[in-house]
Amino acid sequence: MKRAVRHQAQTEIEKAVLVKMYTSMLRIRLFEERIAALYPEQEMQCPVHLCIGQEAIAAGVCMRLEEKDYVFSNHRGHGHCLAKGSAMAPLFAEFYGRKTGCSRGKGGSMHVIDVKNGILGTSAIVGGGIPMGVGAALASRIRGDGRVTVIFFGDGASEEGVFYESFNFAALKRLPVVFVCENNFYATNSPQAARQASCRISSAAAAFDAHGVCIDGNDVTAVYEAAGAAIANARDGGEPSLIEAITYRWKGHVGPNADFENGCRPKDELFDWLDRCPIRTFKARLLECGAMTDEEMSETATIIDKEIDTAVAFAKASPFPGASDLLSDVYAGQNHAMD
Amino acid sequence: MPWTKTYGNKTEFEKAGGAAAGLRGLTYKEALHEATAQMLEADKDVFVMGEGVDDAGGVFGSTKGLHLRFGRERVMDTPLAENALTGIAIGAALTGMRPIFVHMRVDFVPLTMDQLINHAAKWHYMFGGAVSVPMTIRSIIGRGWGSAGQHSQSLQSLFTHAPGVKVVMPANPYDAKGLLRSAVYDGNPVIFIEHRWLYDHVGHVPEKPYTVPIGKGIIRRQGSDVTIIALSLMVFEAMQAAEALAAEGIDAEVIDLRALKPLDTPLILESVRKTGRLVVADTGWQTCGIGAEIIANITEEAFGALKAAPVRINLPECPTPASPALEKLYYPGKDEIIAAARKTLKARHDATQFSPRIARQGHRGIEKRGDRP
Repeated sequence: MKRAVRHQAQTEIEKAVLVKMYTSMLRIRLFEERIAALYPEQEMQCPVHLCIGQEAIAAGVCMRLEEKDYVFSNHRGHGHCLAKGSAMAPLFAEFYGRKTGCSRGKGGSMHVIDVKNGILGTSAIVGGGIPMGVGAALASRIRGDGRVTVIFFGDGASEEGVFYESFNFAALKRLPVVFVCENNFYATNSPQAARQASCRISSAAAAFDAHGVCIDGNDVTAVYEAAGAAIANARDGGEPSLIEAITYRWKGHVGPNADFENGCRPKDELFDWLDRCPIRTFKARLLECGAMTDEEMSETATIIDKEIDTAVAFAKASPFPGASDLLSDVYAGQNHAMD
Repeated sequence: MPWTKTYGNKTEFEKAGGAAAGLRGLTYKEALHEATAQMLEADKDVFVMGEGVDDAGGVFGSTKGLHLRFGRERVMDTPLAENALTGIAIGAALTGMRPIFVHMRVDFVPLTMDQLINHAAKWHYMFGGAVSVPMTIRSIIGRGWGSAGQHSQSLQSLFTHAPGVKVVMPANPYDAKGLLRSAVYDGNPVIFIEHRWLYDHVGHVPEKPYTVPIGKGIIRRQGSDVTIIALSLMVFEAMQAAEALAAEGIDAEVIDLRALKPLDTPLILESVRKTGRLVVADTGWQTCGIGAEIIANITEEAFGALKAAPVRINLPECPTPASPALEKLYYPGKDEIIAAARKTLKARHDATQFSPRIARQGHRGIEKRGDRP
């Protein structure tokens, strides 16, 4: 599927930001590729939903966030965590089912958390994280703590009733939240056109008198610009908005492989999107404008590879949870501090 | 203890000498109101949300006027979007707020099952204890005046199934106040189910804030012949049943369960080991209800203690009918509890002692219901 997208007016972006966004995207790509490479060992015994091809959205949006800001993600959420600043080791350890994992081996790849970086738990029920993000924004409004919440969800989640319920509430209460829909055109294997009457998700915002915009989600600078405006609006005036970022996932819905061989999607469509690789196109632009050199890019990749090596080694060397962990943390401990 | 006794209204409380004894009588709804107001007053993290919490009625009086004292940001009317609003409460709770989400009917809570069961119940465990969801879901069981199938259900068993949530059902004003405070400060999602018919019941309620432990039942009346375990409105019915049974020489012990989850199994086992006989009086349906759970626990842990087959008092296995003629047939009460207690004591009290009225009403009588496959 192809879609004409509105390109943002390109303003001058600082070199340091360009480099950070490139690094962030590459970090996500190499992380996901390593999962795909290691997955056949069958030591990572949990479903993995890879975001290869969609890196620009996480990188561009999170570049605009502060550490204290909240991010609510979904089952395809590794990239959001990494872009928000999560360390790799607790993520890999979680995928390997280890006690040192971010969720102590209780969540797996679909349920990651990083409280320090504002990620308060990830839902794998499509749309499930959307109201939770709005709730965090409500808390920010009540407390006046200046935080912004970004909620990442897919085109499938935009069909869930909870999306409209949540968006209405956010618009009604003018909460500091940005809804970022990563439209990769597929919910598992069902194409958007088979599921949606209008196929224009960003238009939904208008029904709630809020701002909606559709952008090229494979252009990290377009994402950066749109997110900048949306996040600034949210932080200053508590005005929610909806960004629909058009993109494409290269792998199948779940697992390390592409899915065109299985007839899930047309091969030509995938290859068309491979040509629009968000990292390769950005890399060319950076080289062209002299923001980075080839050597610097190679060095960046080497550093990331080492980070991944260390994280994987940590995960593989970590202990599994024991029998005493099975029934722990079902309930939080009593807190009667107020009495 | 004075607060274990409840009265139908304030006049009865006065007549019984409640005020003379220096005890303050409050209705159930006033107890809920006071608990909420005290928490809003003392703790900025507490807020109330729900459809109509700031309207003239104030959820049958339980939140009335609170928005005037604490503002509409903390006593917040909401859109009719129960599932999202539950997620919003969860999200706020994850940041350390303590939302109280109020539903005027339990029947609206099934709209929230995704956020409640798929999210709230699991959020502490699924992330290895990194975060928790200190959220209270208040809801009310309706009854009568043709409320019918969607405004009078008792759905506590639905919520009791999932690990990670707690389920409480206060039966008197004292517990309403103390359990609400416990729920808000429990640190977990707590489903707090009230009964509309308890709202005007009066009992002693201390003014000072206090908590009632979640997961601890209480013996409302000590007895040696049969244990009657009841919850919510059925505690009131069971206490009346016990008085009538006493008149015919049956000494019933009445346990007010107060919480379905965690279930106070030690208290139940201790009582049944003493009496050997059991009646469970629930406000809901029988299949997979709390009675089934309690009886299963007893057969697993104290099989030898049972002197007679336990009996369950539940709603008939059909939705609530609207017609007053059918409503009257639908709800069991003290008469059914009396008949059930007698049944467990059949060896001692022969069949002639069964109430002829109950025997005639076989279609709603305990024996008939118990005989259903």
